[in-house]
Amino acid sequence: MEKIQNNKAWFMVLPVLLIVALNAVVPLMTVVNYSVQDTFGNNVFFFEGTRWFNEVLASDRFHGALMRQFFFTFTILAIEIPLGVAIALAMPRSGFWASVCLVLMALPLLIPWNVVGAMWNIYALPDIGLLGFGLNWLGIPFDYTQQPVSAWFTVIMMDVWHWTSLVVLLAYAGLQSIDENYYRAAQIDGASRWAVFRYIQLPKMKHVLTIAILLRFMDSFMIYTEPFVLTGGGPGNTTTVLSIDLVKAALGEFNLGIASAMSIIYFLMTLLVCWLFYTITMQGEKQ
Amino acid sequence: MAQITLDQLAHSYMPNPRSEADFALKQIDHVWEDGGAYALLGPSGCGKTTLLNIISGLLVPSRGRILFDDQDVTALAPEQRNIAQVFQFPVIYDTMTVAENLAFPLANRKVPKDEIEKRVKDTIAMLDLGDKARRRAKGLTADEKQKISLGRGLVRYDVNAILFDEPLTVIDPHMKWQLRTQLKELHHKFGHTMIYVTHDQTEALTFADKVVVMYEGEVVQIGTPEELFDEPAHTFVGYFIGSPGMNVLPCQVEGDRLRLGAQELVLQRRYPQLEGTVEMGVRPEFVGLSANGDGLPITVSAVEDIGRFKIVRARIEGRNFDAVLPEGTEVPANATAVIDPRRINIYQDSHLVRGEA
Repeated sequence: MEKIQNNKAWFMVLPVLLIVALNAVVPLMTVVNYSVQDTFGNNVFFFEGTRWFNEVLASDRFHGALMRQFFFTFTILAIEIPLGVAIALAMPRSGFWASVCLVLMALPLLIPWNVVGAMWNIYALPDIGLLGFGLNWLGIPFDYTQQPVSAWFTVIMMDVWHWTSLVVLLAYAGLQSIDENYYRAAQIDGASRWAVFRYIQLPKMKHVLTIAILLRFMDSFMIYTEPFVLTGGGPGNTTTVLSIDLVKAALGEFNLGIASAMSIIYFLMTLLVCWLFYTITMQGEKQ
Repeated sequence: MAQITLDQLAHSYMPNPRSEADFALKQIDHVWEDGGAYALLGPSGCGKTTLLNIISGLLVPSRGRILFDDQDVTALAPEQRNIAQVFQFPVIYDTMTVAENLAFPLANRKVPKDEIEKRVKDTIAMLDLGDKARRRAKGLTADEKQKISLGRGLVRYDVNAILFDEPLTVIDPHMKWQLRTQLKELHHKFGHTMIYVTHDQTEALTFADKVVVMYEGEVVQIGTPEELFDEPAHTFVGYFIGSPGMNVLPCQVEGDRLRLGAQELVLQRRYPQLEGTVEMGVRPEFVGLSANGDGLPITVSAVEDIGRFKIVRARIEGRNFDAVLPEGTEVPANATAVIDPRRINIYQDSHLVRGEA
């Protein structure tokens, strides 16, 4: 069939362009705009060039938040991915209990994020919370409002509880797509349980796990609500991750320039890491 | 390599089977000889895959025993039985190279490294995969993948049997023939006991020395391709083997007289008094058409010219009746069917009755 060349077709794309412009491009450009200017109110702006970027990149505050962010993200990835895969492997493959497990797994994902924060806040309270009280009763000193280690422990536990299900569901879907005969052939080939995992299950889960890691990486890099409700970034600023720091700078201190520069750096970092990760994992596919 | 004995074997997928109908595989007693090439032939759902999975150990039978030579293996797991199986859809390990795929079953069995290398090399040569050995198994064609599946069995020199579960289903027609030929060659050369499940009669008849025909969970006949053609033990075998299948018509038999509607034929054999449903069966190949009125009156409804021969679709006494005529034969107007009486088989309740000569 002959392709019809008609530039009027571009008009058809206009509504979408308009929506994307309004909800993505314009806000992003506003941030870019703020990041290179300074203001003393009254809508008067002065051009500052790269000043905010230089300040942010040189500040200990940003370095601290960034390190804490990476610590948080890598810790939860290191727990959630293997744990999620392990749970998915242990789940029944069909029947009544498979459905029960799936529903149970989906539950944490359905709870609003601020509720998750509030739940864990109460759950971990040292005087009345089941977890906090229990740990203290066992002789382990635990108070997330005072001790940084307890605070970190609670934040990480909360994220693991909230999001491991997502990894489980994705990994489970990957496992379900494996044909029964693969297991039979492996059995006849005398493969060990580990070999079955390494050469059949893991390769078949590769794509879903890539998606799981990307989603968890991006989401954990953006995490705000739960730690805000739980610890508010404290004690001190020990659990102040990037987005909490960002909100403090933007709304607490009204440092729009600094906050905008932080947002942009932060956005570019997420983009870079995701691109790197995706490119590396997909490299093997093309060969 | 081993002789495989099925001793009063039966299987039901239900925990408490009550009647015969609950059994996916009805009782079977049979000995597969060492080094034989067998085909299990039957329509979908006839129990042939169930039987194969029992032999390979993927399924434990509800009743009976299975012996490899003199060893009872009924309770052994597949990896302890030392068998190989090729599945309908090729199973390959995507992340490994072709050579690594072939080495896998040996590495799992802790065979020494240099021995593995030697055997893998031999197997690759055997299967003509030399140019592909170092590449990843992913992205190969279906027939190459199926060869790798087979190779993982061949690489273990001492397998008791190689089992095939409809292995050519996903292979292109022109490669099917080639793979089948290669399989036969391998069988002649190495003499593995091979059991081949299929629903395709051409595959079964060309591959196997002996064909086991199954129907509704029962083995209805075991025989060479000639036996299946000449003397089907069950009307199902008559329908299923041959293209077109055998003509089966209800009739009456008294001694050596056969009465078909208003017609009477003289048989070569004498039969005792027969009870139940009595039918005669004759292959379309042994039916001729005559223009001068002798034989049975038929109504020709269609003629299919296949090239090498013609299939005449007709009706006799209100039932379908086919005849196969050699190339170039004319179909006469007002034709009558002439049946070769030596080729008539008599069935009582679908099972063959052999008369006295």
